[in-house]
Amino acid sequence: MEKLLEVNNMHVSFDTYGGEVKAVRGVTFDLKKGETLAIVGESGSGKSVTTKALMQLIPKPPGRIKEGEILFEGRDLTKMSEKQMQKIRGKEMAMIFQDPMTSLNPTMKVGNQIMEGLIKHQKMDRAQARKRVVELLELVGIPDPESRLKQYPHQFSGGMRQRVVVAIALACNPKLLIADEPTTALDVTIQAQILELMKDIQKKTDSATIFITHDLGVVANVADRVAVMYAGKIVEIGTVDDIFYNPKHPYTWGLLGSMPSLDSADEELYAIPGSPPDLLDPPKGDAFAPRNEYAMQIDLEQEPPMFKVSETHYAATWLLHENAPNMEPPASIKKRMEGMAKSSSSSEKGDRI
Amino acid sequence: MSQEKLVEIKNLKQHFKTGRHSVVKAVDGLNFDIFKGETFGLVGESGCGKSTTGRTIIRLYDATDGEVIFNGENVHGKKNREDLKKFNREMQMIFQDPYASLNPRMKVEDIIAEGMDIHGLANNDKERKAKVHELLETVGLNKEHANRYPHEFSGGQRQRIGIARALAVDPSFIIADEPISALDVSIQAQVVNLLKKLQHEKGLTYLFIAHDLSMVKYISDRIGVMYFGKLVEVADADDLYNHPIHPYTQSLLSAIPLPDPDYERSRERFTYNPNNHDTSEEPEFREVRPGHWVLCTSKEFDFYKKEHATTK
Repeated sequence: MEKLLEVNNMHVSFDTYGGEVKAVRGVTFDLKKGETLAIVGESGSGKSVTTKALMQLIPKPPGRIKEGEILFEGRDLTKMSEKQMQKIRGKEMAMIFQDPMTSLNPTMKVGNQIMEGLIKHQKMDRAQARKRVVELLELVGIPDPESRLKQYPHQFSGGMRQRVVVAIALACNPKLLIADEPTTALDVTIQAQILELMKDIQKKTDSATIFITHDLGVVANVADRVAVMYAGKIVEIGTVDDIFYNPKHPYTWGLLGSMPSLDSADEELYAIPGSPPDLLDPPKGDAFAPRNEYAMQIDLEQEPPMFKVSETHYAATWLLHENAPNMEPPASIKKRMEGMAKSSSSSEKGDRI
Repeated sequence: MSQEKLVEIKNLKQHFKTGRHSVVKAVDGLNFDIFKGETFGLVGESGCGKSTTGRTIIRLYDATDGEVIFNGENVHGKKNREDLKKFNREMQMIFQDPYASLNPRMKVEDIIAEGMDIHGLANNDKERKAKVHELLETVGLNKEHANRYPHEFSGGQRQRIGIARALAVDPSFIIADEPISALDVSIQAQVVNLLKKLQHEKGLTYLFIAHDLSMVKYISDRIGVMYFGKLVEVADADDLYNHPIHPYTQSLLSAIPLPDPDYERSRERFTYNPNNHDTSEEPEFREVRPGHWVLCTSKEFDFYKKEHATTK
């Protein structure tokens, strides 16, 4: 399949009074047409900064993209002027924000907010735009769109507002949709509706989606591939089955282990001790080492490179090195892996790349 | 587990006047018991009245109607100061937002010790300090943290401070109102493990309010499901998850995404339609299976019994 987006070794830093905060420290991934990539990680791991950098929405200063390139259909977005970006933003790539309560303009009618992009990017006149808005509201499942588009955001419930935000993002048929925790503020039943809606629309329009979330249940539901971020880096990336049934990085083990499964009995949850590192002064070696009970001496000294587990699956941990001892993952993770034993043809160790 | 009732909630109502003629019935006739030493989970969607229930039980709101009986005594209605104090010591609360629930201008030591000061639990400064240090260690912080201010802590650490504050007056019953929903997944597990550990050590009883159903299932012994100010189903945690009876519970459970791609690919979601209920009479709370109560009419009761009473 064709590559829509390629991010190569991207670094994003913020200059603060305290010094340079290295929020994203070398992120590399790609995205194909029609694919959904989920980015997971704790708050402060750099997942939101990564996607804001893709949209060139990092405020400069204090932020800056220090290094790397973002190739969107072959064009490097980091080299574009603000004017060029404005033509792409909203039209070819669009974003759904986390909080539907704050991402809409409370003083504008909902219809006008959706129309904005259509008039600007697609050069529609108001009558055409209005027709398209009615279509969009129908598409996202808002009943009675003709009268709803004359209403203000406060007249909508949380779930309905998030549908409006989705409609705005979809207005110009973007090739890339970035959804930053689109369902975190919503109830489970509404969340399920929005996720179904997004998947449905993606099928219809063949757009690619980057989905940021810390809810692993949602990831399992929407993603084709998953990237796990920690301290500004991707520590493991693979297909959704690779990550959920054959995780290799101890941080991924921790994340998966800290969610109770519905059949887990009274055993204690596996909690990752401590808290994420300060990116003002990232630790030497593997940033996860201080919280990692599987850490080895080398983790404190040298940063692990990416190891290749399979064609689709990569992880940055020294445990995959040929000289590393064989470590037993926590019990709950082993249970997961056993469930998938049929497809685990991959070996214990990986190839360094 | 002993089946001794610690808290009995009888026909609890909390109505808010929102205008001259409009009343929001946030909580509308709740009946349930919480047994000594158990964790009772209360789940439901936002706006269903679960937080209001918690706040009404602890008297942050005055109940419109109904009784809360704690250790055999009604806690609502007129009380003198002494009685209130005694009751406040027994019942404490952990709040949802660890950023908003700690006074930013007070040191951690004073935040934790405030309840002790009010109830006169420490005789002198030395004792007070020692108690605070002990509490900090109980919740997994260390005593150097006592002299800091809340902004110096991360969300998970702040929630630990909130827990230490609740524990300071040796309560027997703690209401935890979404104590983990503002935290990261890995930190959630830390806090949940801590709550479980404390329950073991101190024999605490919890009312755990949350909308994250998998966490509620994990921590609770029994669960109540709320919908529009009413309890629609109460059962043992396992029984509720394995045999949801009320259609609303079924739809809620079918909507939870689980961290398991295979399951997710085959998951089927039901939608709940409140109009499908039998409306021939006012629904009542009835026991369909042993310990498993459902809000239903007598017709529905017969139907549920036939469907669910025998299945294992």
